[in-house]
Order: sequence, then C-alpha cells, then structure tokens
Amino acid sequence: MAHMTPTPVLEPGQDKTMILNMGPQHPSTHGVLRVILEIDGENIVRIMPDIGFLHTGIEKTCEAKFYQQVVPLTDRIDYLCPMTNNLCYVLAVEKLLGLELPPKAEWLRVMMNELTRINSHLVWLGTHALDIGAMTVFLYCFREREDVLRLFEAISGQRMMTSYFRVGGVALEPPLGFFDRVRDFAKRFPSCVDEYENLLTNNPIWKLRTQGVAKITAEDAIALGASGPTLRGSGVDHDLRRDMPYTGYENFKFKVPVRTEGDVYARYLCRVAELRESIGIVQQALDGMPSGPIKADAPKVVLPDREKMKTQMEALIYHFKIITEGFAVPAGEVYQAVESPRGEMGYYVVSDGTAKPYRVHMRSACLANMQTLPSMCEGRLLADVVAAIGSIDIVLGEIDR
Amino acid sequence: MALAPAVTDLEQLKGHPAVARIVGWNSSALQAAKFDREELTLYVERRALREACQLLRDDPACPFNYLADVTCVDWYPSDPRFEVVYHLLSISKKERVRLKVRLSEESPVVDSVTSVWPGANYFEREVFDLFGVRFTGHPYLRRLLMPEDWEGHPLRKDYPVEGYR
Repeated sequence: MAHMTPTPVLEPGQDKTMILNMGPQHPSTHGVLRVILEIDGENIVRIMPDIGFLHTGIEKTCEAKFYQQVVPLTDRIDYLCPMTNNLCYVLAVEKLLGLELPPKAEWLRVMMNELTRINSHLVWLGTHALDIGAMTVFLYCFREREDVLRLFEAISGQRMMTSYFRVGGVALEPPLGFFDRVRDFAKRFPSCVDEYENLLTNNPIWKLRTQGVAKITAEDAIALGASGPTLRGSGVDHDLRRDMPYTGYENFKFKVPVRTEGDVYARYLCRVAELRESIGIVQQALDGMPSGPIKADAPKVVLPDREKMKTQMEALIYHFKIITEGFAVPAGEVYQAVESPRGEMGYYVVSDGTAKPYRVHMRSACLANMQTLPSMCEGRLLADVVAAIGSIDIVLGEIDR
Repeated sequence: MALAPAVTDLEQLKGHPAVARIVGWNSSALQAAKFDREELTLYVERRALREACQLLRDDPACPFNYLADVTCVDWYPSDPRFEVVYHLLSISKKERVRLKVRLSEESPVVDSVTSVWPGANYFEREVFDLFGVRFTGHPYLRRLLMPEDWEGHPLRKDYPVEGYR
C-alpha cells in the first residue's frame, strides 16, 4: 500500500526527480496547506503534506474556559460548518450532564445543522470547481450560500461564527417569519442544485478531470480513517446520522448517497446528492417543527430568560452564578461523534467535576481524510493533486486547530 | 434524566464483544473496564496494546475495523501520569469502544498501532507533538503541528497556557 512507504526526505532520491514545494500560500490548497512533492517530470513519485501553519492551540485554551465559554471557540475550528461543531460540543457536555432536551430544540438543531451542511458543501463545490477551472459554478454557489448566511444572521445575529447552540438548548427563539424564509429557500434550492449539475455533471471537461482520478479503495479508506463523502465515495455505506443517530435524527427520513468508484467524480456526486438530501431534511423539520420550549429545564445550567430576570430573584441569582462561576459537570468522560460535512467530527471531553473542562479533544475529520492524499496521488500527474485536494474538502482550521 | 452509576465490575461487562474477546485471549491484558454514560472504556496493559488492537480489528463477530481517534490525557501530578486514549468503531455493528493505556512520567512509551491501522499515523504524531508520548514502531515520529524546533509539549498540564516566556 502506498501509504505504508516511509515519508519522503527533502532531497531528491534519484537524479531524475526533483522536489517541488506547493503552498502554504497556494490558492488551491484552501488555506495554508503545504505539500512537498517529489516529481519525475509531471509524475508524482512521493507526496508529503505538511500542516500546522494554522495551529492556535484551541484545545489548550478550552482547558482555561468555563464549559459555556468553549462554545464560541468551537465555531472557529471549522469556520465553514460552525453549527456542526457547536452541536458536537454541546451534545458531549449534555451527555456528561445527563441533560434531556425539549423536542423543539432538537428539531431546530437538526434544521440548522443541515443548513450548515448546505453552506459548507456550497463553498466546497464552488472552490473545487474553481480549482479545476470551472469559474461559473463558484458564482452560482456563492449566490445561494449568501441566502444561507442571511438565514444564519437572522436566527443568531452572526453570519459565520454563529454560536447558536448552547449547552441545554439553543440561544434564541427564531425571529418572526424565519420559518417562512427557510421554506422559501427550501422550495427554491433544488432547482439551484439542478443548475450546478447542468454545468458539471455531464460536462466532458469536468469528467475528464475527475473520472478515474485520485482513486482510493474502500479497504484503504477505512484503514486510513477516512470518513464522510471520502469514505462513501469508495462504497462504504456509513453515515453517523443514520447509523448512530443523535439529537433526533432518527425522526427524519433521508437517503445516504454512496458511490463505488472511489474517484474524484464519485465524491463529487456523493456531495451533490447530499445537498438534495439535506434540503429534504430541512423541509421535514419545517413541516414537523414541534412547539414548546427551546431550552432544557435545568436552571443551574441554562441561562434564564431576560424577562424572568427582571421579575424573579431566583432567576437573577442563577444568571449571576452561571456567568461568574460556570456550572460544575460531574466527573467522567464522553466521546461524541457527529456527521459533519467532511466526515466524523468527534469531541472527547473529560471532566474532573469542576466548572472547566479538564480536557477537550477534537477529532478532526479532515486530518484523517488528508492521510489518504498519498494513496490518491502517488504515481499520478501533478495536475491531479489539485483535484484530489479539492475532492477531500479540507479545512485547515479544523486540521491544525 | 439522572445519570446511571458507572459499572466497573468485569463480570457484568462480559457480554460486550470487545470485553469477551480480550478476556478470552489473555485475561491479564485487561486491567479494568468501565461502562459509563453508555460508553465502554477498557484499560489495557501497555505491552498488550498492539495485539489487543489487532485482535479487536480482526474479530469476526464484531470487527472494530475503524480507528476513529487517538488522543491523550495528562493527569499531572498523579502517577501514572498519561492516559493514551483510542476510540474504536465497528462500522458494520455500529459499536464503539474506548481503549486506554496508562503511562508513567518516566517512560511515556507505547507501541504504535500504525501497523494495525495506517491511519493512526497523524494521530500518534499529534500526541507525540503535544504530549511527548513516544510510539515505538511509528514510521515517522516527528512533530506535526508545532514547529520542529519547539521546546516542550504544549498540552501537558505543567505547560503554561500562555507558553514559556
């Protein structure tokens, strides 16, 4: 297996090969990924990703914050799917606390989480197509992404760093008319996906650049820890939303797109099909949205309503206590995984019984997915590296943390 | 929902495929087990770790074929100081299990599982980088996130949050 070969040294191994440095400032590495390539003419002999340029020590910072203060940090790990990260973290803390959520909070979470997936996939599709040379798709995708960001702004006040999910529920009641706006978008969006597909799916240039390129087998993908569309594009039918449901995903009906080819085109088809499934889930969430509270009944953990604080002494005290002292979490440890747009996003949270987490570890889907890069690219052409990097949909913020 | 108390009695946990598999192979390899918040944790003897992983991966009844994560927790100043944590997933049976190895401060060394799952490569490099735990048999144990010439291991508890000045 290619990934078992020792990682390359910087000197060329033979006289006819040369070392080429790609990145960290390279437009098609989606951030600050550096790839060291040993090439023989146009053929890649060895490839070594070099990461860490965006390392900010978020895991260390989390240990110095109260549990509720970690939520805004989780947005900044994967800035393309903030709510998936919020969700994963708050689910882990809720599991540590043993909190149960009201149905409306769960349904709102599912709906926003799927809109986040659409947001993330749209950025991926636009930039991936741009890398390969299809300029127009980028403009189309960002048009719809803007709509999603406006929805985020309406519900959370922020376009990107939403911090909308909190421990014990969601931050705010959706504003008036919000569901109608989502409904409009959900109605319009499938035809937008048709537009993207018209530009790409049967486009002969697109097919030439993606079909049979950067292949990986199912065995290799599993052994290397790949997940999400990178795994499903190789024929492994595994989606945590369906297989190990969380936050009420068991109430929704959706298909898990799987392709067996294992190439860039297969991963493209998986993600585009996921766009359609996601908007279907949003539609179901809108149709069945329960009424009721949006926060769990746990006054020591969940901040009280503003109105109650003006009239009730108790509420004011709890508010003061939570803000100044945080809330203690019973000792223990939890690993919570969710299906992020890129694969298995996992939070491992260890509590020692105090108000600050003892350890927060983020299992990054991209970090594992990136290990598939050597298997995909070695022995192929230099131009395929760009297609391969785009197809595993990396976000360097999540890789480096 | 009140939290159910953790189950630590090995006899009660024998029904779980991972426990049965390891105990059936070598009962001294399993130091302790814990079932807490619907998650199973197995404390594995340091020298038996790699073989235990191999065994769980190749279990015909419930193959834990997917290594989801490797990380570490620093329990400074208690001894043993480090706990290296492995999260395993069985894609077909939809089961998870967490393996833990306790390591002392003097010799934080454990066998690498890269020969079982090549995907452990980056995870182990990250643990080496941030905690200073060494993995014997790793093909390329170098710093992953921090610069090559960095001093210290930032996620250790005795490393200040703002770094050394």
